[in-house]
Amino acid sequence: MRKLAVLATSLLLIAGCSSTSEEPLSGSGTTNGDGTVGSSDLGSGFGSGVASGELGAVTPGSSADFEVNVGDRVFFAFDSSVIDEAGRETLQRQAAWLQQFPEVRATIEGHTDSVGTREYNLALGERRATAARNYLEALGVAPNRLQTTSYGEERPADPGDNEAAHALNRRAVTVVTLTN
Amino acid sequence: MIAGLSRRSVLGGMATACFAAAVPSVARAQLRVDITRGNVEPVPIAVSRFAGSAPGRDDLGSAIADVIAANLQGSGLFRVIDRAAYIQSADELRDVPRFADWRQINAQALVVGTVAPGPQGVAVEFRLWDVFAGSQLRGLRFDSSAEQWRRIAHKISDVVYERMTGERGYFDSRIVYISETGPAARRVKRVAIMDQDGANHRFLTDGSNLVLTPQISPDGRRIAFIEYRGTQPRVYLGELTGGPTRPLLDLDGLTFSPRFSPDGSTILVTVASRGNSDIVAVPATGGPARRLTDSPAIDTSPTFSPDGAQICFNSDRGGTPQLYVMGRNGGAARRISYGQGRYGSPAWSPRGDFIAFTNIRGGSFHIGVMRPDGSDERLITRSPLDQSPCWSPNGRIILFAREARGGSSQLMTIDLTGYNERGVPTPLDASDPDWSRLIP
Repeated sequence: MRKLAVLATSLLLIAGCSSTSEEPLSGSGTTNGDGTVGSSDLGSGFGSGVASGELGAVTPGSSADFEVNVGDRVFFAFDSSVIDEAGRETLQRQAAWLQQFPEVRATIEGHTDSVGTREYNLALGERRATAARNYLEALGVAPNRLQTTSYGEERPADPGDNEAAHALNRRAVTVVTLTN
Repeated sequence: MIAGLSRRSVLGGMATACFAAAVPSVARAQLRVDITRGNVEPVPIAVSRFAGSAPGRDDLGSAIADVIAANLQGSGLFRVIDRAAYIQSADELRDVPRFADWRQINAQALVVGTVAPGPQGVAVEFRLWDVFAGSQLRGLRFDSSAEQWRRIAHKISDVVYERMTGERGYFDSRIVYISETGPAARRVKRVAIMDQDGANHRFLTDGSNLVLTPQISPDGRRIAFIEYRGTQPRVYLGELTGGPTRPLLDLDGLTFSPRFSPDGSTILVTVASRGNSDIVAVPATGGPARRLTDSPAIDTSPTFSPDGAQICFNSDRGGTPQLYVMGRNGGAARRISYGQGRYGSPAWSPRGDFIAFTNIRGGSFHIGVMRPDGSDERLITRSPLDQSPCWSPNGRIILFAREARGGSSQLMTIDLTGYNERGVPTPLDASDPDWSRLIP
């Protein structure tokens, strides 16, 4: 019951966000009333302040657009595949974007830090990718547009061997590809 | 000619005479290396240059003796006496040694031999002498092509090791592993194979795709490994003689963690799909997979007991990754790891007496061993980033990967007892080792 309620709220939020995220992407300078609310939501997830500096450079619907303006990754606690509040917000933006560009497919890559054995981490990465995928599907993204994989500890975002680096490496990254 | 030389061929089953020894049984009495204790006093042994030569290989007698000496020294059970101290020459040793000359330099055993042209290219004869008893312990002749000379040296090393320790040797064997180079985020990895001592190194993949965890089949002819041909990891199977590799399983989902059964008929694979990783058994010749675990948890990194009856594996079904043992057909599993921290990558010794593993505590990775029932657990390495253990063919030595802070990684060996830690030479960084059985 509670899950359903959260999901419903999320979907409402997405509906609100999608129009605002469109605005910076196009770079056309259109404004709308939701803009301020939307951007503060975005900021909590992936730093919209950085994104705003690069708006003119990216094409709407491109992978650069997705990475910069939506946020391509969610992060996890150690040995966990639970998606936290910030992660849910990112995935909500991802779902909205994917629904806005229906010709785009996505592969969700699960990654881990280097703690744990190589094979366990491949399994853990798959679990994280699936957690992100399940949330996107629950938000209405068609399952046949989504694929999952795992790189385990093989492709660190930050090669450092400290907790800050590990935290950046425990992630699920949504990689979008245009089908034509 | 001295009596008591048996004869065999190194190359693929072309034994020209039986191994049956004309070894005097009285010689079995005295000289024996005790390897039951951890910190053994190495036995002083002399390895003379082999007399004679092969066509175009004047140095072959020295080269063979050098490989034997390096093998025996590297085992930690022998101390090879410097050749400069030898009184008798290689040619003089074609006859029965003057044992007094060898007692004088405290050699307890003496390895001598000859090299000559032979029907297959080269004929190598060797004898192992007990210096104090003044008797021959072994005498063998090997026939092969000259290119196979290192294998002859390894086989002689195995005979010496077996005669003096009472256990099987491990020198005529190979290691498959992942060769690594480049920055961490874009590491280039290749499957590579080499002799146990690092010689005859070659790459089996070209580095264009990410590859991981190669495993060599019990007959030494096939390898199974993970490759990312697209975005997903899949287990591929290939012949070491070359030719195309094929995906082991044709299904949706990620496959990884391949392991051959002791008889080579089955390959265990982990299939990850919908957030769940389970172990399945696949016939090595192809065919449908049979599921061995069905827990919603992560079940991976299986390893067969040497009799093929049991499987130890890694699972987080209890909340954290631990080691479990189940029957060869799956079913109920019993947890065996109860120490501090998290466990992974179990490897069942070919002798059956221990399971090696990686233990992770406080961010440090160590290699440890425990009995298959979980008792007698001990950690045997102290460096902070040791992982991926596997066993020498005789179950005496553990081969593993050691990472340094900063990301470089190399292969190491250590005796089961925690002594005699050594680096294994590789041209680039190295990880994910698997040690073959003795080459048939």
